[in-house]
Amino acid sequence: MITRRYSRRDLAVLGFGLGAAVLVNVALIWGPTLASVALSGTDWNGISELRWIGTRNYGDLAGEYPPFWSAVRNNVLWLAFLGLIATPFGLFCAVLLDRRLKLSRVYQSALYLPVVLSLAVVGFIAQLVYSSDYGVLNAVTGLTTDWLGDSSINIWVVMVAAAWRHVGYVMIIYLAGLKAVDPALKEAAAIDGASEAQTFFRVVFPTLRPINVIVFVITVIEALRAFDIVYAINKGRNGLELLSVLVTENIVGEASRIGFGSAIAVILLVISMGFIVTYLSQLFKEDHR
Amino acid sequence: MTLTASRPTAVEPGQSQIKRPFRPLRLVLHVFLGLVALGWLLPLLLAVYASLRPYVETAELGYFSLPRTLTLDYYSQAWSQADLPKYYLNTLIIVVPGVILTLLMASFTAFAIARLRIPGRRVLLVVFTAGNLLPPQVLITPLYTLYTLIPLPWWLSDSLSLYDSYLGLILIHVAFQFGFCVFVLANFMRTIPEEISEAAMVDGAGVWRRYWQLTLPLCRPALAALSTLQFTWMYNDFLWALVLMSSGDKLPVTSALNNLRGQFFTDYNLLAAGSLLVALPTLIVFQLLHKQFVSGLTLGSTKG
Repeated sequence: MITRRYSRRDLAVLGFGLGAAVLVNVALIWGPTLASVALSGTDWNGISELRWIGTRNYGDLAGEYPPFWSAVRNNVLWLAFLGLIATPFGLFCAVLLDRRLKLSRVYQSALYLPVVLSLAVVGFIAQLVYSSDYGVLNAVTGLTTDWLGDSSINIWVVMVAAAWRHVGYVMIIYLAGLKAVDPALKEAAAIDGASEAQTFFRVVFPTLRPINVIVFVITVIEALRAFDIVYAINKGRNGLELLSVLVTENIVGEASRIGFGSAIAVILLVISMGFIVTYLSQLFKEDHR
Repeated sequence: MTLTASRPTAVEPGQSQIKRPFRPLRLVLHVFLGLVALGWLLPLLLAVYASLRPYVETAELGYFSLPRTLTLDYYSQAWSQADLPKYYLNTLIIVVPGVILTLLMASFTAFAIARLRIPGRRVLLVVFTAGNLLPPQVLITPLYTLYTLIPLPWWLSDSLSLYDSYLGLILIHVAFQFGFCVFVLANFMRTIPEEISEAAMVDGAGVWRRYWQLTLPLCRPALAALSTLQFTWMYNDFLWALVLMSSGDKLPVTSALNNLRGQFFTDYNLLAAGSLLVALPTLIVFQLLHKQFVSGLTLGSTKG
């Protein structure tokens, strides 16, 4: 174990290295985060004097700002779609790909190719597929639906595009987890006469618990962070409202309702922190063992 | 589940039926996975196909039709009309220093946390990692204000502030990605035998030498994985540039696509060509550094 005391030079190196890390982190991440919380109690517009108005922003949000509730609804939908459809499908593909198939590499590459694409590019590709006048979907099906413009369906269509990317991500993580499962477990189950489904649900799946938690939290965080793809399609308006878009819109746009935008940001923060804490406690619990 | 005994060493689906009489399942599996893979590639293939056909033709026949003419014209048009070389350069100016700085800072911090037993190292690690998971929108406003308030000399930024400067974007990328890298590297460093470092310490090597000459070279696999991943993430960024930049000519290449949209009319074939050109670098990196990319993603989530 290290018991020696550090030389003066060592301390200087450490102080500089860690100091820079902490400084950057506090100045650019946690400082602004705390400042957002403070700003959410003001009606600042970027120029005026800071004036404390308590929780009025939150009241206005809930009561007098219709986009807020549609954004909440869309974020919840987004989460449900990724969590109940895309994530299980990613797990399913991982299980299938875990059997040393020939061509497994090819299938894997195809599935996670979208992961490396910018969501902005995914947004453009989505337009190519879904465009109402000459999108491929309408050409193939013969429909004339305005997939991206109709505010009652466009969120679904965009979620499919987001899931396109999410499945590959989840698949890689589960595949790595499945590879780490002790093959002896599966063999023992097979010898005991368990069917493949039984082996998976009773033996393999429970050992994936830490990975399940991680995937769950990644899914939640992805759903809360969703932004680029809707922004690339129609700037997150007309049915595609998301909390992240509302924050950006209130702050960057001409409106410049910074206090108000910050209140939305704080709601986003509170929800995320809950899941971040779950995630980290799962990760760091393993360290104790 | 396939048992370890029946390791299929490159057996064709058809042949495996001869070897093991009851294996039609394997064929079903291949058909299913093949269809899924095709479905996954389809949108990209479609974009490629659209980008090769003139607008007049697709406007007349639709995208779902046989080609009369195939041309690479749209690629050269997107290249020049969207001024892509300039924007690629902008991205490079932001991403290369971003990745290097992130890895340097993160590897030193990880070294201190994993190897030096400094007080409070756990708290540091938790705080850094949590910072990486926040939705960016949570810190955008104060960050924006902060950026407009920090003056920079003219040779660092022609806007004279951190706002609308390359340095500003580099810094936020470093700050935001730093936590993830520290987390991955600290885990990786714990797997390196401590004796090496201890022996060096007995020989009188200082902190810096043990970090730079002993630990860092052993972290090469993790560093390779992280740089692949970080390159992709920083390259794909869209939001930070949107919020922290105002001059159109300094934007990274992901934002340049908007230049291809006309005010009244958008040529989607041109946009498809542009999108593919923008996606090309990450696709190339992904193909070349496939292994690093995957191990990077899994290192972070499953602890190597």
